[in-house]
Amino acid sequence: MKKFKENIAHVLFFVAAIVSICAVLLICVFLFMSGVPAMQEIGFLNFLGGTKWAPTNTVPSFGIFPMIIGSIYITAGAIILGVPIGIFTAVFMARFCPKKIYKPLKAAVDLLAGIPSVVYGFFGLMVLVPFIRQTTTAIGNATGWEWIYSNGSSILTASMLLAIMILPTIIGVSESAIRAVPDSYYEGALALGATHERSVFFTVLPAAKSGITAGVILGVGRAIGETMAVIMIAGNQPRLTGNIFKGIRTLTANIVVEMGYAEGLHREALIATGVVLFVFILIINLLFSLLKRRSEA
Amino acid sequence: MRSKGKRGPLSWVLFILTMGAALITFGILIFLIAYILINGLPHITPSLFAWEYTSENASLMPALINTLFLVVVSLVVAVPIGIGSAIYLVEYAKRGNKLVSVIRMTAETLSGIPSIVYGLFGMLFFVRTMNMGRSILAGALTLAIMILPLIMRTTEEALKAVPDSFREGSFGLGAGRVRTIFRIILPSAMPGILAGIILAIGRIVGETAALMYTAGTVTKVAGGLFDSGRTLAYHMYNLASEGFYTDQAFATAVVLLVIVMIINWLSGRVAKKLTKA
Repeated sequence: MKKFKENIAHVLFFVAAIVSICAVLLICVFLFMSGVPAMQEIGFLNFLGGTKWAPTNTVPSFGIFPMIIGSIYITAGAIILGVPIGIFTAVFMARFCPKKIYKPLKAAVDLLAGIPSVVYGFFGLMVLVPFIRQTTTAIGNATGWEWIYSNGSSILTASMLLAIMILPTIIGVSESAIRAVPDSYYEGALALGATHERSVFFTVLPAAKSGITAGVILGVGRAIGETMAVIMIAGNQPRLTGNIFKGIRTLTANIVVEMGYAEGLHREALIATGVVLFVFILIINLLFSLLKRRSEA
Repeated sequence: MRSKGKRGPLSWVLFILTMGAALITFGILIFLIAYILINGLPHITPSLFAWEYTSENASLMPALINTLFLVVVSLVVAVPIGIGSAIYLVEYAKRGNKLVSVIRMTAETLSGIPSIVYGLFGMLFFVRTMNMGRSILAGALTLAIMILPLIMRTTEEALKAVPDSFREGSFGLGAGRVRTIFRIILPSAMPGILAGIILAIGRIVGETAALMYTAGTVTKVAGGLFDSGRTLAYHMYNLASEGFYTDQAFATAVVLLVIVMIINWLSGRVAKKLTKA
């Protein structure tokens, strides 16, 4: 009887354990099954490389190249703005922070991670969008640069907000990478006469490099997958532009903005957009786990 | 530990950059919270908590109730699976088992998938293929998959923190594996597991993109598992993007922010209990 109970429990725990495998398989199968036929119908090159997105025209065109570029622009912007601040803050948390205020600051970073993306989006809508609109107008009026005028919803605005949103990810991973570096590195540098700052930045930080890079990659994943906050402030125009003061649409926005009313091939093309996003994320995850393994080894 | 050596210009620059970055990070957080509270608190009125939503009061009560409903259903599904799977990984699987590394990898993959992709999957699988329609059940199942890796990871860490002597003692007294797990290991790992569950609640409360096309956007209180209903975060998105309800959007943002703060505080407190024990 006891043996029987033990075996039942073993089987139940095993079943629970393979649920996550099943979930990943199901997600892959259903996304690809619904998305890939649409890609074939549109044509892989026309879909991925097409620069015109006009799904409701009489002769519709489904090119998501502008959205791919849009996601890349906004993510790159967020990385450029967010990564330096994130890494320096992580250094502060690990090596500069007075012990007394460490706990509240750690709680603050956790809170930054916990704030829902709609609240971030709303904050961006109410604060960043008017700020960019007024600043660009002022600069435009002063200099006569036509291209700088912006209605506030732009690549720059979205990049700024996403930079804030990926801060906790980068700070968290980088901080633990810095803490994992043996104290002897730091002490050795001090003993050779380096200042606290030089020791931290030129011996500890290089040793934590791969961990920090993993954090940055995780941040890229967060930024490229972010949806609600981006929709509220990026403008969502499906166009190709290199002007960071103009609006743009990301892959994630494309899905949410049009899914509500899409039908037929249009709907499938939106799911296919999700497939492209999913593949991006899988590649990023792969990079992340490779780097993490290297930093642990 | 501070260095006694004289700082050169480079050291000063690095010092200032570090302090500046920390100031920016925490300054932004304080500004964001203060901005939302100052603009939102005056608009928290009784009509915002009316039982029925109308286009006049923009009440958040139905959305709040739906959110609670969804949290409960998601947890009922995800918590047993998450804990069970962590138990398998820590207590049953042999070291170097191939399956374990596959499970770890899939859990990591799951935690990296953006919520909009979960939303698409939920729409394709639960809403359409399983024929649940847009409903609390479809939304809750979608979110259950989403929070599964979080619960798995925190439970695993909590189980690993239980000293092996506990297990050996229990086995030595003649207890079986199941009894050891339920009587000895789970109770001592409880604070860590709870902290993870609380964090998962936080993720559900803040989720929007995964729910738009699974749980739907109906403004009423969902009467049952198969009814559609919007949650608080979607409600807030709707208020904010329509533009007519800025005041109510601020007030709803305050409610969301306060819930998140309470959740973070609770999770931290519960986790602290673990480290004390």
